[in-house]
Amino acid sequence: MIDWQSFFFLLFASVSCLAAVAVVLTGDVVRMAVYLILSLSGAAGLFFLAGAEFVGAMQLMVYVGGTLVLLIFGVMLTARQSLVKVQPHTNEWVLAMVVGLVMLMTTLLPVMLAVGDWGPAAVTESHGGEPVALEHVASPERMGGALLGLRTDADRREVASERHEGLVGYLLPFEMISVYLLVVLIGAAYLARPKRRTAIAAEVRQ
Amino acid sequence: MTALLESVLPEWLAHTLMALLAVSLVLAVASLAPFIFIWAERKVSGRIQDRLGPTRVGGAFGWLQSLADGIKLLSKEDLVPREADRFLFRLAPFVSFAAALLAFAPLPFADGWVALETSVGAFLIVAILGLQVFGVVLAGYASGSKWSLFGAMREAAQVVSYEVPLGLCVVVPVLIVGSMNLVTIGNAQSGWFTNWLVFHDPFTFITFFVFCTCAIASVNRAPFDLAEAESELVAGFHTEYSGMRWAFFMLAEYATMFLVSGLAAVLFLGGWHGPIPLATWLGLTGSGPAGFVGNVLGVIIVLTKASLGMLVMIWLRWTLPRLRIDQVIDVCLKYCLPIVCVTLLGAAVWKLLLPAGVLAAVWGVGS
Repeated sequence: MIDWQSFFFLLFASVSCLAAVAVVLTGDVVRMAVYLILSLSGAAGLFFLAGAEFVGAMQLMVYVGGTLVLLIFGVMLTARQSLVKVQPHTNEWVLAMVVGLVMLMTTLLPVMLAVGDWGPAAVTESHGGEPVALEHVASPERMGGALLGLRTDADRREVASERHEGLVGYLLPFEMISVYLLVVLIGAAYLARPKRRTAIAAEVRQ
Repeated sequence: MTALLESVLPEWLAHTLMALLAVSLVLAVASLAPFIFIWAERKVSGRIQDRLGPTRVGGAFGWLQSLADGIKLLSKEDLVPREADRFLFRLAPFVSFAAALLAFAPLPFADGWVALETSVGAFLIVAILGLQVFGVVLAGYASGSKWSLFGAMREAAQVVSYEVPLGLCVVVPVLIVGSMNLVTIGNAQSGWFTNWLVFHDPFTFITFFVFCTCAIASVNRAPFDLAEAESELVAGFHTEYSGMRWAFFMLAEYATMFLVSGLAAVLFLGGWHGPIPLATWLGLTGSGPAGFVGNVLGVIIVLTKASLGMLVMIWLRWTLPRLRIDQVIDVCLKYCLPIVCVTLLGAAVWKLLLPAGVLAAVWGVGS
């Protein structure tokens, strides 16, 4: 008898994987984007299933709602038949296969080597004989606190002797990313500015 | 209630039954709201233009007009243009409606009466509202028609722009309550109407109107309905659609309108708390049968507030002229975004300096 967590895990995982395969096999850029939506939404479903609601919502917001809208928008703006239909060469297929296989192995191998025994008994045993429960839902309040240095995930007394290692907040990386994004925004606005003003001024001078 | 079912049924069956109940309730709201408000739109537009609107179908006020429309649309031929991408063309209406339906899941209708109670409810609704654009963009692209493509491109530009101020508007109530859980946000506004977040401080008052503007823009209603623009683009993104597929776009539009009205009611207008604390006076609180009656009252209050929001949207549609695309983007980037940035900062400072309000700071009353 399969329990409902496994059922939904298999459902979301198969949707995600099949859509990812479809992205590779189809030749139409817009259809690729549609399959990519399915694949990324399946990944969001997996996040929700694991209790990481914030990450799941973020996945929908950033990847599905943000990146893919821009992708389709870009395709529509530059819609030419040669760009919309992609027909790769045989040698491109081979190269893509090799690169894809290498990347798959670099993600799979560490996971495979990290766990000694994949049997169901061993997995259950590592959690004190109990099946893995989905009750540790990470709330966004705790994540916000961790950004400011209020870490509740580690015990303060245990690490107090070692220079508070592992108890640092994430404020500095957060600020660095913010400044970086601001630079990108200003750069984009600069590149997209209207360049007509100097041309008009030159015409007036003539 | 899940626990009650689990005591008599196996766990998976109890969960499935509860999930089916939640899904059917959400489906009922999301499909009955268009049924009622398409009729309301016809009546209100008629009155605004000094006509009667529908009068015949179903008696005095033509209140079965939507049913007649639905039967007509069901019996129409399902056409696909020759130039269209058949698969995407057929898929697009369902994407639109599925996103509209999914967005109802985290929206609470009373204290704890929510299909999906999550700690990130407000954020999740904004994320799903952003997904609805896919239906429109795919429809416009797959139709293989210039009018549809223009409509879809306007829609994409508009929605991507308006997502930013809309998200910032939602952050303001989240900041004041200190939670993204919509049930917590609703419960924080209990008591008299002065506890509603729209009256919390001057900044939230301004934010509420910016939220309304951005919400109307993000659901593609007039004066921001450039994706349809029937005077320039025939019918915009749904030019090539007919029959039930076209009806799905209409269902999605009205369902999303009802959703953003409900979201405004929960975030700013007190949620399931009326202007006077009636439920508390009658003792309709707690978890027993009295609390159940109180929650039913709460559902009525939320639906009333959302319906008033819908009527305002209909009223605006038949009053204001349509904006040009550059004016639409100007309204977003030059007005809405700076205003909501200032109100966000202001609300944060207000919460820091005057957490109990002006009256408490001046006279020292309150906590």
